[in-house]
Amino acid sequence: MSETIQRVPAVEGWFTVPAPGSGDLPHLIGARCTGCQTYIFPPRESGCPNPACSVDELAAVPLSRRGRVWSYTENRYAPPPPFKAPEPYVPYALVAVELEAEGLIVLGQGSRHILAADLTVGMEMELDIDVLYREDDTEYLIYTWVPAAPSGHAEGEQAE
Amino acid sequence: MSKDVAILGVGMHPWGKWGRDFTEYGMVAARAALADAGLSWPDIQVVAGADTIRNGYPGFVAGATFAQKLGWSGARVSSNYAACASGAHALQSARASILAGFCDVAMVIGADTTPKGFFAPVGGGDRKNDPDWLRFHLLGATNPVYFALFARRRMDLYGATAEDFAMVKVKNSRHGLGNPYARFRKENTIEDVVNSPIVSDPLRLLDICATSDGAAAMIVSSVEFAERHLGSMAGVPRVKAVSTVTPTYPQAMLELPDFATDSTAVVAANPISYKDSIAHAAYEEAGLGPEDLSLAEVYDLSTALELDWYEHIGLCPRGEAEALLRSGATALGGRIPVNASGGLASFGEAIPAQAIAQVCELTWQLRGQADGRQVDGARIGITANQGLFGHGSSVIVSL
Repeated sequence: MSETIQRVPAVEGWFTVPAPGSGDLPHLIGARCTGCQTYIFPPRESGCPNPACSVDELAAVPLSRRGRVWSYTENRYAPPPPFKAPEPYVPYALVAVELEAEGLIVLGQGSRHILAADLTVGMEMELDIDVLYREDDTEYLIYTWVPAAPSGHAEGEQAE
Repeated sequence: MSKDVAILGVGMHPWGKWGRDFTEYGMVAARAALADAGLSWPDIQVVAGADTIRNGYPGFVAGATFAQKLGWSGARVSSNYAACASGAHALQSARASILAGFCDVAMVIGADTTPKGFFAPVGGGDRKNDPDWLRFHLLGATNPVYFALFARRRMDLYGATAEDFAMVKVKNSRHGLGNPYARFRKENTIEDVVNSPIVSDPLRLLDICATSDGAAAMIVSSVEFAERHLGSMAGVPRVKAVSTVTPTYPQAMLELPDFATDSTAVVAANPISYKDSIAHAAYEEAGLGPEDLSLAEVYDLSTALELDWYEHIGLCPRGEAEALLRSGATALGGRIPVNASGGLASFGEAIPAQAIAQVCELTWQLRGQADGRQVDGARIGITANQGLFGHGSSVIVSL
C-alpha cells in the first residue's frame, strides 16, 4: 500500500492549496467583475450579480487572508450527510468572517483548535487549510478560519 | 376597484409527527376550510397549492394533487414553491387570479410530512453546483447553524441572554396551550429551555423549532362574491396585502443557504435589510403601519429569530426586542401579542402549510374565534416569514 497521501480540495477553485515547503499562504479565490469591480464568493464563471451592471466577464482574484468575526456557532451534534462526520464525532466551530476590502462575509469551519467559547464578534481571524475528510489515500481539504497570529505581518493585506 | 380579497373559510389539520401521506392531512384541512366557508368543492374555481419537496412528484404539483384528491372538477391549478414562504406565494397566486378577474373564489392549500432530525438536502448524489448540497457537505451548515449566527449577534451586540431566548419559548408554549392544532401543548419553564442540550451554540434544543407534519387551507374570494354569498362583508377578514419581495443587491446579511453575503465594496448595503423590507412592502401595500396592529404571527424558527422579527416588522427599534419581550408587550394581554397561536415553538414547522397557518390564525383572531388564546378586540394582524433562497412573505389581514 502506498504511503503517499494525495491532498485535493474538496471543492474545485474556491481556495489555493500551497505546495508544502513553498512558504506560500493559502487564500480564498473570489470572482471580481471586470466592469463594476464588485466581488463574488464562491467564485463563478460569469455574470455580475450587481443589477446595475450587465457585464458577464468575471476575473478570478485572491481574497484577503484576514478578516473579523461577524458571528459564530458550534455544532454539538453531527450534521447529516452529505457531511462526512468523523467517528467519534467531535464538536467544531463555524465562523462567519467579514473581509473589509471585499465587503464580503464568508462562512467557514473554525480550525480544530477552537470552539465557540474561544470566539467573540470582531475578533481577527485568518485563513488556513485543513482536512475535511479522508477516503482511502486521499485527503479532501477545506478552508478554515483560525484566530489571527498576533504578528501582524499580514495586517491590512489587500486582495490585490 | 377594491384590492381586498375576502377570507371566507379556513381549516387546519393538527400538527404532529405521524409520517402518513401528506395528502391525508391536506384533505382534512381542505374539507374544514370548505365547511367553514359554507361552500362545496365544485364551487372552487382555482386551487393554489403550496409545494412540498420531500414527498415525491405529488408534492411538486400540490395544486393538481389536491384537485385530483378532492375529485377532478375542472378547476384551474397553480403549484407554488418558495421554501418556507410557499404558502404565502400560493395565497398570492390565488389573490392575483381573483383581483385580475380570472376567478371569483379559490382554495389555497399546503400540507407536509417531514423526516426526523435535521433537514438535509433533498435527493441523492453529489451536486457540486447546488449551494444547498455544498453547505452540508463542505461546512455541515445545518439550518440551526444560520439561526445560531443571528442569535449570537444579538448576544454580542445587544446583550441578549439565554434567559431572554428562553422567555420567548415560555411565552409561546403558554400561548400554544389554548390551540387545538398545536403539536406541543405543554408549558415550558425558563429552566426547561436553558437546561436543554445545546445544538448549535448558543441555541439549545428548546430554542429551535421542530419539523412537523401538518396542513392548512383557506377559501378566498372577491369581495363581490363574498357579499353575494354572505349578504355582507361585515366581520369578514380581508387580505389587505401580500408581500413576496426578494432581496435588493447587495444582500449584506448571511442567509440560508449562502456561503457568503453579496459584496458591499461597490454598492453600499441598504440600511433597510431584506427582512425589514418584507414587512415594509406589506405595510406600504395595505396603507397601514406597525402602530395599527392588534397582533403579529412571526416565523420563530428559533426563539432568537422571533426577537429579530420584532425589529424587522417595526414593533421596536433595532436592539430593543429583548426589552419589549421583558415588558410583556408581546404576550397575550400585552400591547401587541406575538405568536398568539403558539408559533413554531408550539407547532414545529410544516413548511408548505406554515405560512397559510399563520393567516388562518389571524382569521380566527379577527373573527373572535381563537378560543383560549383570543387577542381582545383584534382588528388588524400581520404575518412575517422567511424561506431560503431569497423568499419571504408578509400578509396583512384586517376586518
